[in-house]
Amino acid sequence: MTTSTAPAPETPATPPAVARAARRRRRVPYWLLLPGILWLLVFFAAPLVYQASTSVQTGSLEEGFKVTWHFATYADALSEYYPQFLRSVAYAATATVLCLVLGYPLAYLIAFKAGRWRNLLMILVIAPFFTSFLIRTLAWKTILSDNGLVVSTLNSLHVLDVTGALGVTEGHRVLATPLAVVCGLTYNFLPFMILPLYTSLERIDPRLHEAAGDLYARPVTTFRKVTFPLSMPGVVAGTLLTFIPAAGDYINAELLGSTDQKMIGNVIQSQFLRVLDYPTAAALSFILMAAILAMVTVYIRKSGTEDLV
Amino acid sequence: MTATAPAVGTSGTDVRLSGISKRYGAFTAVHPLDLAIPGGSFFALLGASGCGKTTTLRMIAGLEAPSTGSIELGGQDVTALPPHKRPVNTVFQSYALFPHLDIYENVAFGLRRRGIKSVKKQVEEMLDLVQLGDFARRKPHQLSGGQQQRVALARALINHPQVLLLDEPLGALDLKLRRQMQLELKRIQTEVGITFVHVTHDQEEAMTMADTVAVMNGGRVEQLGAPADLYETPRTTFVANFLGTSNLITADVLGTSGDDILLRASDTKLTLPATRCTTDARAGGKLLVGIRPEKITLTHADDAGTIPDGRNRIAGRIADSSFIGVSTQYVVDSAVSAGLSVYEQNIERDSRLVPGAEVVLHWNPGHSFGLDAAQSLEAGTDAGEGT
Repeated sequence: MTTSTAPAPETPATPPAVARAARRRRRVPYWLLLPGILWLLVFFAAPLVYQASTSVQTGSLEEGFKVTWHFATYADALSEYYPQFLRSVAYAATATVLCLVLGYPLAYLIAFKAGRWRNLLMILVIAPFFTSFLIRTLAWKTILSDNGLVVSTLNSLHVLDVTGALGVTEGHRVLATPLAVVCGLTYNFLPFMILPLYTSLERIDPRLHEAAGDLYARPVTTFRKVTFPLSMPGVVAGTLLTFIPAAGDYINAELLGSTDQKMIGNVIQSQFLRVLDYPTAAALSFILMAAILAMVTVYIRKSGTEDLV
Repeated sequence: MTATAPAVGTSGTDVRLSGISKRYGAFTAVHPLDLAIPGGSFFALLGASGCGKTTTLRMIAGLEAPSTGSIELGGQDVTALPPHKRPVNTVFQSYALFPHLDIYENVAFGLRRRGIKSVKKQVEEMLDLVQLGDFARRKPHQLSGGQQQRVALARALINHPQVLLLDEPLGALDLKLRRQMQLELKRIQTEVGITFVHVTHDQEEAMTMADTVAVMNGGRVEQLGAPADLYETPRTTFVANFLGTSNLITADVLGTSGDDILLRASDTKLTLPATRCTTDARAGGKLLVGIRPEKITLTHADDAGTIPDGRNRIAGRIADSSFIGVSTQYVVDSAVSAGLSVYEQNIERDSRLVPGAEVVLHWNPGHSFGLDAAQSLEAGTDAGEGT
């Protein structure tokens, strides 16, 4: 082809000012993202890199730590602390299931049946946040104390005999048992379950319930085939918001449990602050992060709600 | 088909409402109402928003419990039955398609709930009927409004309900699509023979589709009948204004002459056949004479002599005219009444008929109707325009 055959079709010349304005408009989203990106860089990415480097250091506080690419720390940490890992997952999973069982009916009630009480009930759900996490957990220590009303009532009803036989309590007390830690976790993270559940239930058009009834679905079937599937985004969000922080929590195990209920969060905390073995603490943090990421990925895949979330 | 599904094509089930009413606290949405809807008919409940038509429909569906009265379907009292036990299906105003299910599963929903295992053939047939065979695996939000509307229809019809309830099913569609769907619905109704109860605020829609129209106003049925009867012989000013447009002229009753009532409005003498009057006309009393704009002929005042005898005449002056295409609409002021509306077919247009021209309006007395003068002239005027 030669250029002589026909003059190239002239592209309509855009006035430079218009082009500049268009370019400026295209850049706007990036400017809007900038504060968030800066925040993430300073408070997430940088600490993460710092932690990663810490996890492969060796040395001691006196001699100083040096990066020696000592990956064996990971293997050592895992082999030494896997019971705490498993316990964390088990406690967090139990607390999540309990939150779902307790939270779903409540969220359903607030969304569909509460009428004018709706706002009041929502405030009551959020109200515990007005007090500190620590204070609330300490309060549970008092509530569950050995000579408190709860424990004596449970004892007189022989409930603790049953739970003792199941291995979740020991010796007619609740404090310093798995039950106490799971109760604390459930209590502390319940609002994180209720809020997303409520949001997704409240969004469901009540006419869908009418349509299901009109199409011969009994109320139970309507719930099973319409309401629950449509609330799946809330279930997924709620379980994630409960499970992830619960798995890394150490306050509940610290205050309500004994050494036999230590979770991985307690190990990391003591490695950092008491033993001052920074590499092991950092390695444990990374293992926890990776484990949670893997479990969450599998969970979202399995629940099949990618397009709903 | 399956044994559980009622037979198709038979004349549909009749619906009988006896003394049915609905109160919400102090507010009465529907006053005690008796309505008999013949089986296999296309029945429209027509009225402005808030007139109780949707509440009436929801009571038939079982979505609202009536405060008084009973509902019978084909002779069986269903008043106490919950919606899922009634042999009726509803096409909801906003369609209420299940967003998490695809089109196929939406349509199969009712069959599956009744424990029918092999739904494939029926669902495919139904999707073909509404011309959505290729969309079976799409989700509702991927469809246009018109397509969603057809899914809602298919989802209800596949159950072969004894009565199909339609709650403003075409309200969300644009005008052209709505006209198309009106004909489509009418065709499907004729084909399946199911009783259709259709709620709408669009008088044109009701008249196009329904065999029988019940005009509702303020929780009561104003008038019930075939569309042509309602249009030609409205019995209240609400119906006269809500269905189309009417010129209503207040007149004094002078007396009777044979079968005609003699009237006077201002200085103009009018006659009305007694059979066209649905109220008592006593000499000395008042009467409203209604006449549709298209039944009036306009003649220029210079040609007044050519108007045949026996027609009612009113002298006036054209205040405004607008060219609509098939017709020209005039607004005529006269001593009798200001702002009389006249529609003239554009066949032989008289070039003298322009604003300011003196004219004579005349019509065949048999085309007008007489109404009780105690009613508001304005009833139903705003509400009548379908959106």
